[in-house]
Amino acid sequence: MNTKTPSRLEKILAAGHLAVTSECGPPRGSNGDAITKKAEMIKDYVDAINITDNQTSVTRLCSLASVIHLKLMGLEPVLQMVTRDRNRIALQSDILGAASFGINNILCLSGDHQSFGDNPQGQNVFDIDSIQLIQTVRLMRDEGKFLGGDDIDQPPKMFVGAAANPFADPFEIRVPRLAKKIAAGVEFIQTQCIYNLEKFELWMKQVRDRGLHEKVYILAGVTPFKSAGMAKYMKNRVPGMDVPDEVVKRMSDVPKEKQPEEGINICVESIQRLKEVEGVRGFHVMAIEWEEKVPEIVERSGLYPRPKIE
Amino acid sequence: MIVAERKPIDEIIGFVKNCKKILLVGCNECVTVCYAGGKKEVGVLASALKMAFMKEGKELEVEEVTLERQCDHEYLEEIRNIIDQYEAVISLACGVGVQFLAEKYLTTPVFPGLNTSFMGVTEESGVWSERCQGCGQCILGQTAGICPISRCAKRLLNGPCGGSTDGKCEINKELDCAWQLIIDRLKELGRLEDYEKLIPIKDWSTERAGGPRKIVREDLKS
Repeated sequence: MNTKTPSRLEKILAAGHLAVTSECGPPRGSNGDAITKKAEMIKDYVDAINITDNQTSVTRLCSLASVIHLKLMGLEPVLQMVTRDRNRIALQSDILGAASFGINNILCLSGDHQSFGDNPQGQNVFDIDSIQLIQTVRLMRDEGKFLGGDDIDQPPKMFVGAAANPFADPFEIRVPRLAKKIAAGVEFIQTQCIYNLEKFELWMKQVRDRGLHEKVYILAGVTPFKSAGMAKYMKNRVPGMDVPDEVVKRMSDVPKEKQPEEGINICVESIQRLKEVEGVRGFHVMAIEWEEKVPEIVERSGLYPRPKIE
Repeated sequence: MIVAERKPIDEIIGFVKNCKKILLVGCNECVTVCYAGGKKEVGVLASALKMAFMKEGKELEVEEVTLERQCDHEYLEEIRNIIDQYEAVISLACGVGVQFLAEKYLTTPVFPGLNTSFMGVTEESGVWSERCQGCGQCILGQTAGICPISRCAKRLLNGPCGGSTDGKCEINKELDCAWQLIIDRLKELGRLEDYEKLIPIKDWSTERAGGPRKIVREDLKS
């Protein structure tokens, strides 16, 4: 088994298991228990837990402190890091800080624009972009160098991930964009929530045609709908999200009290279908503020129990 | 050109509400082209101020002058002999002109009549949009002649982000996604494969980040 970091997620993927990751959004306050409670609900059903970094540009408890909370519980966190809020000094510094606590996974993102959040009047940074953040972490890890060229005393050992959105426009560069992230050094991908399975399968075919599925571990992203309203919101209001009409209809066609169950059904069926797609190496289950449903989704999808790898 | 917009009249009145005699100084360059601070706009502002004062039962004497440029000593010198007669100056130049005027005439209060917006183009009559942020290290050769620094809301050098939809930016459906434009143009040029070239981390020290900038040309210095 060829692994480059102490990451448990990397080991599970390298061993050929379908990996399962999930994510927790930190609270809008200083209560660290909010993180540990969410993690408690899902910890036995996933291999690693992402912590989002001020997602949708709404100010929250920071992802770095949150992953430390998880690490102290003995869990395997994925530190999400956006380039929106920090320059290259702060990014490198936080990477070292995370590594000092034994955080071994990072997800490199650019981040939603601040106009979506609670501080639309704030400045953004974008000193580097997500692809350049991938390069930065790889440079720090593999060459033991800072961007400025100096040596790092004890380089961070991080398994490097990024997001991919097969549904954003223009579709024709969605695979080249993945190739670009791979060229930058990404090792695992967590995709945008998949509702349009045909389009995702087409993207995966193009990924395979270029052999990219052998160069990066692709975890398919899924998010269960809690309600028909959420499906409509995701379809119409969330940038880069592709929710086909028939999925919205399927949610709307059941009575309101049955909609959560239907949302879970759709999610489980999607995972089962995506398991058959060559090149899909696992799942990223994003149950937004619905973490308690992750165990059910994982179990019903035949992904439980999780492999024991130390 | 530098594109600007006039400040709200109430804000301008606030600057000079205690004055009786002021000078309005327009600029014949960029702000004339974008209809913000040329001779005509100076006239319009002068009338608006006088009327506003009149409504309050006060009188305001307003002198109007429009200079060829406010970013060159030689034209700013043209008001040297008259400026002391006024309690305040409102400059309808961009922020550059306002400052240069203020630097030159230390004893007269100078106020901005415009909000300076960006370096941009006239897309069509009445529509201006940004094209350059003056980063000091032009990358247009790598991006098919379209600048992601000034035209991508996240100034991504390796875009587009996941929010690009139907060619538009995630922050505003009216706004073109710069990376869609870059990709479209690469296609037109038959160079779509260039998209996969990684653009390296940028040296921002030639941008605002490196502090106020200055160019010195020894061959031209007097």
